[in-house]
Amino acid sequence: MDFELSAEQREIQALARELAEAEIEPHAAAWDREHRFPRELFGRLAELGLMAVCIPEDLGGAGADFLSYILVLEELSRADAGVGVAVAVHTSATTLPLVRFGTDEQKKELVPPLARGERIGAFALTEAGSGSDAAALRTRAEPDGDGWRITGVKQWTTNGAYAGTFLVFARGEAGISAFVLDAETEGLKPTGEHTKLGLHSSSTTDLVLDGAYAPRARLLGEEGKGFHIAMATLDGGRIGIAAQALGIARAAYELSRGYALERRQFGQRIADFQAIQWKLADMATELDAARLLVYRAAWLRDRGEPHGEAGAKAKLYVSSVARRHTGEAIQILGGYGYTKEFPAERYYRDAKITEIYEGTSEIQRLVIARSILGLGERAVPTPA
Amino acid sequence: MLAPVKIAVCMKEVPDASATKRIDPQTLRLDRSGDGTLNEFDTHALEEALRVKDASSETEVVVVSMGPGKAMDSLRKALAMGADRVVLVTDEAAAGSDLIATSKVLAKALERESPDLIVLGQQAGDSDGAVLWAALADRLRLPMISQAASLELREGKARSKRQTEYGYDVIEAALPCVVAVSDAINEPRYPSLKGIMGAKKKPQETVSLVDLGLAGDEVGAAGSRTEVYALGEPAARGETQRIEDEGDAAEKIIEYLSARKIL
Ligand SMILES: Cc1cc2nc3c(=O)[nH]c(=O)nc-3n(C[C@H](O)[C@H](O)[C@H](O)COP(=O)(O)OP(=O)(O)OC[C@H]3O[C@@H](n4cnc5c(N)ncnc54)[C@H](O)[C@@H]3O)c2cc1C
Ligand SMILES: Cc1cc2nc3c(=O)[nH]c(=O)nc-3n(C[C@H](O)[C@H](O)[C@H](O)COP(=O)(O)OP(=O)(O)OC[C@H]3O[C@@H](n4cnc5c(N)ncnc54)[C@H](O)[C@@H]3O)c2cc1C
Repeated sequence: MDFELSAEQREIQALARELAEAEIEPHAAAWDREHRFPRELFGRLAELGLMAVCIPEDLGGAGADFLSYILVLEELSRADAGVGVAVAVHTSATTLPLVRFGTDEQKKELVPPLARGERIGAFALTEAGSGSDAAALRTRAEPDGDGWRITGVKQWTTNGAYAGTFLVFARGEAGISAFVLDAETEGLKPTGEHTKLGLHSSSTTDLVLDGAYAPRARLLGEEGKGFHIAMATLDGGRIGIAAQALGIARAAYELSRGYALERRQFGQRIADFQAIQWKLADMATELDAARLLVYRAAWLRDRGEPHGEAGAKAKLYVSSVARRHTGEAIQILGGYGYTKEFPAERYYRDAKITEIYEGTSEIQRLVIARSILGLGERAVPTPA
Repeated sequence: MLAPVKIAVCMKEVPDASATKRIDPQTLRLDRSGDGTLNEFDTHALEEALRVKDASSETEVVVVSMGPGKAMDSLRKALAMGADRVVLVTDEAAAGSDLIATSKVLAKALERESPDLIVLGQQAGDSDGAVLWAALADRLRLPMISQAASLELREGKARSKRQTEYGYDVIEAALPCVVAVSDAINEPRYPSLKGIMGAKKKPQETVSLVDLGLAGDEVGAAGSRTEVYALGEPAARGETQRIEDEGDAAEKIIEYLSARKIL
């Protein structure tokens, strides 16, 4: 057993932390209030290599391991969960599947602009009628010459309004296929920025596809194998969302601890009351457990071992920790926690989504149950 | 600059700011066993050197340091930021060196490099001597500019604005020379991920006192004339008054200050 990060991982973590504290955290409240996607920040992140942490060097990435990427997501999300999910969707839901399933030509053409942050990535699977049951998607891919015309409406596409490269899933004669479409494609249009409970610095749009043309060169993987690509992508993506939840939970804990040591009532610090001490002790304990689950899942992935179950466990547990701890943070801050003078209420609103996207908690339990009971892949509908 | 420049940057590992500092009661020295970090002031010196390198790629930036072997972990950040290589002087016999002994070691290490320019930070965040650059310049018989708030290299000369209490002095010195920069000179860059990944492939040389032709008793505790007799807590303040804020703290503070004719 070795719980030490490598020197390199520590340095990457330190860089992400330093940057997040200096250039993200101070603006997070304003971005939340103004519902603003900080487009300029992603150029800055790219400059430092943070938009392509675990992308191979020869494709323009930094060539670090997956755990390093997870450490970065944790730090970014601690400062602003919206920034965290933007980087997560860009990296593990868009760029990584291109690296994994793309041909050499596709990789050379499509990955470097994503790695350099010139294009932001988006992953368009969900539709109005198909969320957890992603395989029920209805967007059509009709053959046209040596390519396809794609028609349908995708819903809740993260990064939608700012993305340059979309990974789109559509149904054709051979089943569901994955296509890579540029934002400039005629007939492709992000519409309707959704108003959400939280995560206001993140863009969530619909994506209207009206006969958008995908030439054969933009088919990712084999025709009809798109669903497999989506599921394999979410396997790793879940660890990213777990890291996002970990960052939010840590922010809530750190805020609570600091506040409890300063706030005085009845002539003493509230940290001197056992009621508050126990809350903090529970938070610290669960945060440790959460961190270990996330890092283990990433470590398994780096070793090339199966990580579906470990990732689902991490996401299930950590997202619940994030939801509960952000509520406790408000409780510890009292009335101040309920106001926008402190970030606790933002953490609370942001945390909830981690129990929903990239597979709801119910779906994570389903994935775990299937794995521990040895039930076949198809015993229940495969969810997103 | 016509000829390619070689710049040496003196950088020190100091205890991490988040660690509580502790004096070892046995040796009366700062306990340096915990996590270390690059002295913040020195990152401004490195940044200034890297800006010269950004403008002319033939410039070589070498980091020169004295410290324990584990200091290399902190110095690697300098490589990640863009320095070309590190020379770390590390030797049991160097432990306990005072400012003067440290300057002797660093002067030797710098002579070996014979750089066109030596850049230092303003002070080390742990011992706050703000003296080493002067001692080094004296040993190397080189001109020195301290508190530099700007640095320009032109026609074999370094030109700086030196911060004073009243404004700036503009000072020029012929290369080679020693420049100690103020922390107002620039905003140090972050290392990039590629920098971090590439740092371990850059040369990281560790040299001993023997390598530098120094005898053990010239430096370290033996070679230091400073002797620490005792260390103690700062004397307790005389009259203090704690004001709890019950909505009227500001008035109470004003009252307190006015009563003492400070306001
Ligand atoms: C802010 C935001 C960003 C998003 N970003 C993206 C994105 O970038 N790309 C993308 O493709 N999608 C995205 N999504 C969609 C997200 O992945 C889905 O919302 C999620 O998968 C759940 O689908 P649904 O909302 O349709 O819920 P439903 O599937 O309708 O679920 C409703 C409820 O039923 C439960 N349920 C469903 N099936 C089962 C079952 N078999 N057993 C037990 N319980 C079940 C669910 O757990 C849930 O509690 C985003 C959503 C949001 C809100
Ligand atoms: C009795 C005594 C015992 C000491 N024992 C030890 C000991 O065991 N271990 C120890 O590490 N220190 C020890 N010190 C402290 C050591 O002498 C000083 O750290 C050193 O002389 C530099 O002084 P400073 O830190 O005040 O640097 P300053 O004069 O404040 O530094 C100015 C600049 O000089 C450069 N610089 C300073 N130190 C170094 C360095 N080591 N390598 C490269 N560049 C540098 C940096 O650019 C820095 O910004 C001891 C000091 C005394 C008085």
